[in-house]
Amino acid sequence: MGMMQNILSLLIWLPVFGGIAVLLMGDAGDSTSSKAGNMRWLALVISLATFVLSLVLYGSFDTTTAAMQFVEKTSWIGALNVEYYLGVDGISAPLILLTTFITPLVIIAGWETIKVRPAQYFAAFLILEGLMIGVFSALDGVLFYVLWEAMLVPMFLIIGIWGGERRVYATLKFFLYTFLGSVLMLVAFIYLYNKTGSFNFFAFMEVPLTLKEQQLIFIAFLLAFAVKVPMWPVHTWLPDAHVEAPTGGSVVLAAIMLKMGGYGFIRLSLPMVPDGSEYFAGLMIALSLIAVVYIGFVALMQTDMKKLIAYSSIAHMGFVTLGFFLLWSVSSGSGAELGITGGMVQMISHGLVSGAMFLCVGVLYDRVHSREIGDYGGVANTMPTFAAFMVLFAMANAGLPGTSGFVGEFMVIIASFKANFWFAFFAASTLILGAAYTLWMVKRVIYGEVTNQHVAKLTDLHRREFIVLGVLAIAVLLVGLWPAPLVDMMSVTVRELVVQISQSKLTGI
Amino acid sequence: MICVVLIADLFISDENRVVTFWLSIASLLITGWALVASAPEARTLVFDGSYVSDALSQILKLAACGMVGVGFWYARDYLRQNQLLKGEFYLLGLFGLLGMMIMISANSLLTMYLGLETLSLSLYALVAFDRNSAVAAEAAMKYFVLGAIASGAFLYGISWVYGVTGSLQFDAIAAAVQGGEANGMPLWFGMAFMIAGIAFKFGAVPFHSWLPDVYQGARSPITLYIASAPKLAALALLLRILVDGLGDLHEVWQGMIMVLAVLSLLIGNIVAIAQTNIKRMLGYSAIAHVGFILLAVFTGTDDGYAAALFYTLTYVVMAAGAFGMIILLSRNGFEAENLADFKGLNARSPWFAMMMLFFMFGMAGVPPWVGFIAKLNAISAVLDAGFPGLAILMVVASVIGAYYYLRVIWYMYFEGAEDRSVFQANIDTRVILSLNGLAVLILGIMPGWLLAVCIDAIARTY
Repeated sequence: MGMMQNILSLLIWLPVFGGIAVLLMGDAGDSTSSKAGNMRWLALVISLATFVLSLVLYGSFDTTTAAMQFVEKTSWIGALNVEYYLGVDGISAPLILLTTFITPLVIIAGWETIKVRPAQYFAAFLILEGLMIGVFSALDGVLFYVLWEAMLVPMFLIIGIWGGERRVYATLKFFLYTFLGSVLMLVAFIYLYNKTGSFNFFAFMEVPLTLKEQQLIFIAFLLAFAVKVPMWPVHTWLPDAHVEAPTGGSVVLAAIMLKMGGYGFIRLSLPMVPDGSEYFAGLMIALSLIAVVYIGFVALMQTDMKKLIAYSSIAHMGFVTLGFFLLWSVSSGSGAELGITGGMVQMISHGLVSGAMFLCVGVLYDRVHSREIGDYGGVANTMPTFAAFMVLFAMANAGLPGTSGFVGEFMVIIASFKANFWFAFFAASTLILGAAYTLWMVKRVIYGEVTNQHVAKLTDLHRREFIVLGVLAIAVLLVGLWPAPLVDMMSVTVRELVVQISQSKLTGI
Repeated sequence: MICVVLIADLFISDENRVVTFWLSIASLLITGWALVASAPEARTLVFDGSYVSDALSQILKLAACGMVGVGFWYARDYLRQNQLLKGEFYLLGLFGLLGMMIMISANSLLTMYLGLETLSLSLYALVAFDRNSAVAAEAAMKYFVLGAIASGAFLYGISWVYGVTGSLQFDAIAAAVQGGEANGMPLWFGMAFMIAGIAFKFGAVPFHSWLPDVYQGARSPITLYIASAPKLAALALLLRILVDGLGDLHEVWQGMIMVLAVLSLLIGNIVAIAQTNIKRMLGYSAIAHVGFILLAVFTGTDDGYAAALFYTLTYVVMAAGAFGMIILLSRNGFEAENLADFKGLNARSPWFAMMMLFFMFGMAGVPPWVGFIAKLNAISAVLDAGFPGLAILMVVASVIGAYYYLRVIWYMYFEGAEDRSVFQANIDTRVILSLNGLAVLILGIMPGWLLAVCIDAIARTY
């Protein structure tokens, strides 16, 4: 039917215009007014409608083909040969689903806790959602770049307006760091445009390039994506941004925006500059393993819960980049697919788990207004339901089989084992480190005696918080126990991708 | 029309000064209509070859009329509150516009100089418009003295070029250069002096020292006027002289322009970070933007010229909006010229805070606002001409520049409001300012038509 053809545009513009509508509706300056209440319901309805639309997308998704689906292509800026070109395949579709799944949860989580200008808060998240879906479906360089950078604006405002004490420093650092990384990607796009005559991603993928060109373009892309992922050593913006952001902001940042970096590697770097990627694969693997091991140790030393989870995010994303760049080190063919699939699954799982963990910390913060581990202890005594959820998510973060965290990590470790024993050795250390820092935090916060008077006065989960955490728990267990639908969505696309990457694009000597 | 307004103003008393305003707007509308109605298909030379009408001149003149009109509109309420609403403001503004139109359509060095001086003298007088302000008088003196020196240098350059090529008209100069007999050190010498004069008008480093002081010293509506429309005329000045007249000397002036551009880009962006006065900050940001425009022209390609044209047009819209916001926040006796005056604007007026956000992100080059498309074009032209290092410099400079634009947004959104007074602007001014802001967003999302117009204009002109 006609709507199916334009479902991607709908998915992008429904939240954007919905966000504008929420903004215009306003909250009459008072977060407790009935107008504000109506505004919240409108925001929730729009985000749920977007989620339902994405389910429709999933339902009609053909898992047997690697070609782009739901393609929309019209001329946008004729003078520059820029097109409004959308399409999804097995790599982007799960990420879109993740985005539309997380946003309603974030809106519910911010229902009562945001008291200052809530209309702008919800509008920012809705517009951000639309832009993020756009990034995942864009197939034209300028369109991709416009949405990529435009994403920074709502997040900049979210951290800056509703964040913590050092929010201005954190949000400026976030914006300028990611902006600097991304502009070099723009230069690479323009260079490729001058070579191919259009900004079409597929034209970029097909044009032959010398090794020197590929290396430079890879570096340009690397800077943009490494900052986004974030990879060591350009990761320093993340702990600040996560700590200072409001709960909803941290969730969206961790669950979705970090995935943009990984998506960039797999959509742009690998297919467009395969020889450049091969040249730098060793570097990428090294940086990923440093992230996994070194950042794991850094996480162990944290006393601020949000900072700990932020470092844990960096370590988990190290797994993702490791999986993506194993292709050339693996002797047998299936290893490469396993690595990339593992990285993708890890992205989805990490989105769910870290989102959940930040929500848990948010629940505690709303009550006690502290993120320090030392201010807690024995929470299980006063908040047993919450404790159950937190332990579940902590186990998922550590990679317990049965939870979603295990599936991705297991795939990547097997793939790295096929490549090199030492890769697998260091990668597997995450199983120990991840368990160490997560479970140690949980032990200090949740278990033990109640020594702190704040903890003694804690009330257990509200219905709203219960719904949010419950839904996430179901998702985590679902992906962990039955990952087949997720893996099926991407398997054909990944296989085609591996074939494509293996073909060299060099123009000759 | 200017004479009509001048005479009419004599008979209008102070209370009805707004009639002068409406007369000025009417004259602008008539001029605009006349431009469109009489647009010739091909390049037409009039006045014995000293005046040309082509696609480039059409666009720039229309844009200049529009921006002057917007400037007048924003100025009206501010001037009224500050007891500055004199007819002379509109007269000087219209004379300045006349100067700009002459510059834009000039086909001879002397005509160009005539237009340049008409514009400059009007601007000197406008800067000094507020008789009670010492800062304005100081700024006017600086502008006048430095401007006179720059005009002198420009005239000196003209005399050398005339001496070498034997003609003042661009066509004849181009023919002489092509002939080969004129090419040599004397011609380059004259050209260098002319470029110095042009750079002064633009505000390019190292001829920029007047710019921050004049921007800060003049009253806000006058700064708006200086910041917007004359940039269009300066672009015409640059293109006419360097491309129309001396196009074949491209390799010679390329190096000069590149040095000016790179210095402007770096110094403009870096020094702007240190500013606490927003008018001064916008002045240094103007220098940085001029760096971008000069880099686009330096490429010497049609793509580059079209990119420069698009950039100038969109920059002028954004600058008008930014200064319009400063005017909006000002009231009698209080000039909202410090960055701190923007604190908490989101709490005072979320709509106008968002408009300022549009202008700031637009100037920073963040998508989806139109500043990004302008920068994209310029970078593309530079990269295509084979200068990847310069392209990287341009993007890095943009990121450095982003900081001071972000700072304004930081003050508006992340800080509490210290000043809770009501805006003193009428509804029509607010509407136009809002349309200005929305234009920056909409042009960013739908830039195709304007881009096509610019490319077409350059193609038809060259």
